[in-house]
Amino acid sequence: MYPINDNIEKPLTQHIKNDGSWLTLKEYESTGGYQALKKALQMKPAEIIQVVLDSGLKGRGGAGFPTGKKWSTIDISENASSIKYLVANADEMEPGSFKDRFLLEGNPHQLIEGIIIGAYAIQASFSYIFLRWAYHLAGKALTQSIQEAYDAGYLGKNIGGSGFNLDMSLHISVGRYMCGEETALLNALEGKRSNPRAKPPYPSNSGLFGKPTIVNNVETLSNVPHIIMKGANWFMNLSKTGEGGTKLYGASGKVKSPGLWELPLGISLRELLEDYAGGMADGYRFKGVLPGGGSTDFLVEEHLDVAMDYASVAKAGSRLGTGTIIVLDDKTCPVGMVHNLERFFAQESCGWCTPCREGLPWTAKILYALETGAGKTEDLNILEFHTHYMAPGNTFCALAPGAMEPLQSALKYFKADFEMHIHQHKCPWNS
Amino acid sequence: MTEKVLTSGDISEIEKAYQHFPLRSAACIEGLKIIQKNHRWVSDDAVKELAELLEMSPAAIDSIATYYSLIFRKPVGRHVIMVCDSVSCWIMGYEGILNHLKNRLNIGYGETTQEDRFTLLSICCLGTCDHAPAIMINNDLHRDLTPDKLDAILETYK
Amino acid sequence: MMAKIFIDDKPYEVDGSKNLLETALSIGLNLPYFCWHPAMHSVGACRQCAIIKYKDDDDKKGKLVMACMEPVADNLHISIEAPEAHAFRAGNVEALMTNHPHDCPVCDEGGECHLQDMTVMTGHNERRYCYTKRTHNNQYLGPFVNHEMNRCIQCYRCVRFYKDYAGGKDLDVFAAHNDVYFGRQEEGVLESEFSGNLVEVCPTGVFTDKTLKKHYTRKWDLTNAPSVCHQCSLGCNIIASERYGTIRRVLSRFNGDVNGYFLCDRGRFGYEYINSKNRIITPARLVNGSFAAITAGDAVQEIKAIINTENNTIGIGSPKASMESNFLLRELVGPANFYAGVPAREGKLIRQVIAILDNGKVKTPSLSEAKTYDAVFILGEDLTNTAPMLALSLRQAAKNEPNEIARAVKIPDWNDAATREAVQGATGPFFIAAAHDTKLDDIATGIYHASPDQIAGFGNAVAGNINRQLNFVAADAEIEKLSDTISAALLAAKKPLIVAGTSLYNEAIVQAAANIAYALKDRGKDAGLIYILPEANSIGSALLADQYLEDAFAQASPKEAKSVIILENDLYQRMDKTATDTFLQYFTNVISLDYLENATTRNSTLLLPAGTFAEADGTIISNEGRAQRFYQVHVPKNDVRSSWKWLAELMAAYDSSPINLDAVIDRLTAAFPALQAIQYVAPSAGFREDTQKIPRSPQRYSGRTAINADMHVSEPRPPADPDSALSYTMEGYVGIPPPALTPFYWSPGWNSAQAINKYQIEVGGELHGGNPGKRLFEPDPNSKAAYFNSTPSACSPKEGQYMVLPLYHIFGSDELSAQSPAVAERVPQPYIALNDSDAGKAGIVEGAIIEILLSGNKKWLPVKLKMGLPQGTAGLPKGLQETAGIIYPFYTTIKIAGND
Ligand SMILES: Cc1cc2nc3c(=O)[nH]c(=O)nc-3n(C[C@H](O)[C@H](O)[C@H](O)COP(=O)(O)O)c2cc1C
Ligand code: SF4
Ligand code: FES
Repeated sequence: MYPINDNIEKPLTQHIKNDGSWLTLKEYESTGGYQALKKALQMKPAEIIQVVLDSGLKGRGGAGFPTGKKWSTIDISENASSIKYLVANADEMEPGSFKDRFLLEGNPHQLIEGIIIGAYAIQASFSYIFLRWAYHLAGKALTQSIQEAYDAGYLGKNIGGSGFNLDMSLHISVGRYMCGEETALLNALEGKRSNPRAKPPYPSNSGLFGKPTIVNNVETLSNVPHIIMKGANWFMNLSKTGEGGTKLYGASGKVKSPGLWELPLGISLRELLEDYAGGMADGYRFKGVLPGGGSTDFLVEEHLDVAMDYASVAKAGSRLGTGTIIVLDDKTCPVGMVHNLERFFAQESCGWCTPCREGLPWTAKILYALETGAGKTEDLNILEFHTHYMAPGNTFCALAPGAMEPLQSALKYFKADFEMHIHQHKCPWNS
Repeated sequence: MTEKVLTSGDISEIEKAYQHFPLRSAACIEGLKIIQKNHRWVSDDAVKELAELLEMSPAAIDSIATYYSLIFRKPVGRHVIMVCDSVSCWIMGYEGILNHLKNRLNIGYGETTQEDRFTLLSICCLGTCDHAPAIMINNDLHRDLTPDKLDAILETYK
Repeated sequence: MMAKIFIDDKPYEVDGSKNLLETALSIGLNLPYFCWHPAMHSVGACRQCAIIKYKDDDDKKGKLVMACMEPVADNLHISIEAPEAHAFRAGNVEALMTNHPHDCPVCDEGGECHLQDMTVMTGHNERRYCYTKRTHNNQYLGPFVNHEMNRCIQCYRCVRFYKDYAGGKDLDVFAAHNDVYFGRQEEGVLESEFSGNLVEVCPTGVFTDKTLKKHYTRKWDLTNAPSVCHQCSLGCNIIASERYGTIRRVLSRFNGDVNGYFLCDRGRFGYEYINSKNRIITPARLVNGSFAAITAGDAVQEIKAIINTENNTIGIGSPKASMESNFLLRELVGPANFYAGVPAREGKLIRQVIAILDNGKVKTPSLSEAKTYDAVFILGEDLTNTAPMLALSLRQAAKNEPNEIARAVKIPDWNDAATREAVQGATGPFFIAAAHDTKLDDIATGIYHASPDQIAGFGNAVAGNINRQLNFVAADAEIEKLSDTISAALLAAKKPLIVAGTSLYNEAIVQAAANIAYALKDRGKDAGLIYILPEANSIGSALLADQYLEDAFAQASPKEAKSVIILENDLYQRMDKTATDTFLQYFTNVISLDYLENATTRNSTLLLPAGTFAEADGTIISNEGRAQRFYQVHVPKNDVRSSWKWLAELMAAYDSSPINLDAVIDRLTAAFPALQAIQYVAPSAGFREDTQKIPRSPQRYSGRTAINADMHVSEPRPPADPDSALSYTMEGYVGIPPPALTPFYWSPGWNSAQAINKYQIEVGGELHGGNPGKRLFEPDPNSKAAYFNSTPSACSPKEGQYMVLPLYHIFGSDELSAQSPAVAERVPQPYIALNDSDAGKAGIVEGAIIEILLSGNKKWLPVKLKMGLPQGTAGLPKGLQETAGIIYPFYTTIKIAGND
């Protein structure tokens, strides 16, 4: 489905070929690739951080934390740790999310350049790309591209004669949604179980192998070369809101044209759904949408004009998350959908903290009971309780609170559907 | 002396892997992947031999091997079919695909067909939701599936 | 740094360096927790300690946080009682219980279960979860620990203790989500010497005491006594418990200066010999080659008559027996006729250690204080086997220096996981010079394997580096390099610790250790020096006699000797068999006071049943020089009693008035004024709390109702206890008794051992009333103690011969615990250890049977190849039946069996 030809500026994706092959080093360079790195190496690390800060770039991994702010928590003074790490989070396992794959498979050098610039900004000497196992094509693209970058002198010792050294290594994970959580990812990289770590200390203070570390999402880092090349203002002006840049938006579910599009940050949900995803598939009506992956709250009809940026979606009671919407239609059971999600989250709990480890399976079992007609009125109270019990801060990491988002919003918007399951002793969609 | 599971090839691959890490034990996941790549699955003996190689205890290795969902601690067939059962595929009707597979192959999740041809497993969101439903067979992604397409695809895995 | 905080609007002055959970518990508030442990600190996993934290005075809503993960801050407002916090904690237990089997009635933990306590504390009492529970298979984990995984609440304490704290390798967590499993990779014996602590560390019934299971009793039906472990020289504090005349289990008794929360498996499970069928339970006389029981009265009369009619009775004491028993024997036979019950070589070595403790200038830290040192050098001891709990302490010490990495990035000490992640398994300066590999090698930063004399020489070389005036030089360049590294590390440390001991019977090692410590001290270092001794009261018994078994053997002659009284001592364990046979044959009367049949009792003419630590009161002195009291758990229904009681009865001076423990101690301290402190080790028998005695059984005791109903419906009168302020019933003072008299832990709402929080001034810290025990020796800052100019003796390998060294086994080298059935399963088969290259040259492979001359007899033993054992040395497991009576080191030749 990608790309649609419009006149929107698409720094991240404009050069990506649509034939299943990725841009080689030569091709990437011919589009202006690695010029940003050359420019960055002439700048002071602190200047780079300032530009990124000014650009308004927010983390594209889901939490939306300002990237420049994150980088500035790293101590780059003389007496700082001599070993620091930068890690690109390419674990993308959030249900309904498929944006990083596109960048990884289409333009690996853009990410690599972003990592090198980021690493230079925080004075890291080693970088990792943490890739989920299922992305085999991306694995091939990255392996080849890292080698090309080494051969071209963009990686290794004394990069571009700047005196800056950086190594890069690709780590292919062996499955667990938890690995995407940045501190759990560090444990996985250390060859351990991917239980999350307590914060504080933040990774920028004590991270991978105990050293200062920054973890950024693939899309976040892919933006960096463009920001350095064209400046903070340019980036800020790409978006339709006060949050800079474009965003990869996607849509799945019963829509006419599921797909992925790079669009100015802040286009409306309606535009996304109707202009890009082509509206609902024939015979289906819109019922609700998870705006940014499985761990975001449902938005419904009344929210269709909400701008898809971090602040606006939050104001509407959800999260922009990964920006890939999952559309719920009228012929799909909302309880069944939430059950599918909660079963996934229960399965992917690392087993470290009590609410997540015990609470999620219980939630999933209740939803299953509802789906199979064994639900009781009391169950809704327990579900309600679980949404508070597993609220942010109550659990060790954000997995379980994320899991509660679709549930709590479903209980808000689709309560009648839950009750129907109880009263009819069956799933009304499953007759 | 019982025969060793790990070949000298495995060992040199694993040894190369731990050069990338400040600690030998950090190569544990790499080691498990290498074993699985070369032997399809990770047996108890393989766990012990890897433990020796990385100067870890078998318990420490197995703690990790049993944690990650894509390390197989039981034998699998020549081809591993992984059916995405996450939300977008669910909406798009992955259950039809799954049932079709179960009926055709006459196995359920976690089982292997005769002659070790196929093992059927579920997998979380494959990150190709705009082409749901999707499955992976070995390293190959198959998308926009229908039962008919599936039959043709299975034929290509002998 | 102190801070002021407000808990539910009440102000408190608290320690500013702690987390809020510790703080709340220290104040005495009830706040439930699971994953936090006072010795292992916070990881924030269980989410049970939730409280509300307010931003400022105006914040009324607050935020739910985990108390164990939040630092104290000045002017902080928090609430434990807020309804949201209550609801969360109740909900959390409810979630934990979804997979718990609710099988309390059949669970060994029932009645002392932390999970039960916390469940009640949160108010959760209605089960809403109505689906199937996940179930697991259990594993066989060896003779000590039982496994019941279905009860697990996934607090991760077991693996945190076993792996992170104790360095174990074979217990781990497997799988993920609510399927996580805690156990071994496959069934099998838990390898750690500290596995028994899982029983206390696990908050529910997953890991329980398998020895208790054999004769199970609920905690509330046990009669308990505060006691001291008798199975090595460290003097760990224990609670021993009894019902219906048998000892049921041993738990750790908290002593912030000694063992803290933990025990080793020998100490915990080695009690079963007390219930052995081979116990001597009545006095007996040898008649026509076999023993016939006699009454206690007859026995006393008979022995009295023997002693009175002849003046040449000698007494042989014991390093296993109490001060009181050794002292009364000395009184009975007269100091000139009293011999310390150990070979001269061992006894002199112990006196040497005592002299250093007494006159030296360096502090001997307590077992617990040892954890605070930041550089360690061990000379000649295989600590995991000779002093297990010290090995555990030193494992913690090895973390001190690396933990500075975490402190530098402002991670508070209590943030355990974050500290470990920052430190990445690094261990501090930790050096071992030993005769072979040891179980602490995994944390060592430098290891030197050599013969005993070489170890001493090496130690002196290190001392010589530190104090250039000492005339010691390293033996060769390689050794010089290592000794340079060690001396530099010790000098760089804030608190360097030197550890040595008597296990290789080498005086030069003992002296070299002192030399290093003195040299550090002279360079202004706050150095520590610890010696490990062979037995529980080695120091105490050595203080009472300076004559040894050889002296006794030498003075005995067929003409003179008439009678010998042997106190709790199997001479055949210590001396050559033929010599011991000859010695005993000289006497008309061989009177043994002992607990278990052994070679010496079999060669005696009169037996008196002596009480083990469980049936006796007394005082012993640990390696630290700490005098500690142990109390009788119960009054046996037979003639078993404290040896000193038998001896008192035999003494004419006590004819008129029966004497009690206090009277013996009075006499002892009068005779040995330097031991005055023994009087203050514990309150005397006359002590009363609120006019009442301290009950040995908890208030919940229910066991007295029906057991004797077939004879009489009313209970027999409980026995009186003239020797202590403890009573044998549940009646008496309810509340926290003085620490030395604490027989069990209980506090309202806290039935599990975690009630200990209420007995401490600050959780994890000192007990209310001070940690029990009195140190007899303190360093004198002005001491002029001289360096030792020790020249290594003859203990070096000889051409063509093997020097045979003792190899210690936590299970096996202690003669009593080895007779406990569970421990017996872990005792190794006899073997001989050889260095691999020696074996290689001689064409000997692992498992080959070789012939060795032991005490003049040929023995055939299988070979074990032992890492690091220096060339020309061999090793024999010490203390097994087959290796009893060997005096180490000795020289011998070895050959492959059958190749003559
Ligand atoms: C359970 C869980 C899974 C996550 N998975 C991912 C992921 O797959 N990819 C990702 O970039 N961020 C993921 N995140 C967010 C990361 O923790 C982190 O915020 C992000 O990688 C930071 O990068 P950014 O600042 O560039 O967004 C996940 C978070 C949680 C709690
Ligand atoms: S076994 Fe016990 S200690 Fe270990 S996690 Fe389970 S409940 Fe905690
Ligand atoms: S005790 Fe605080 S989270 Fe477990």
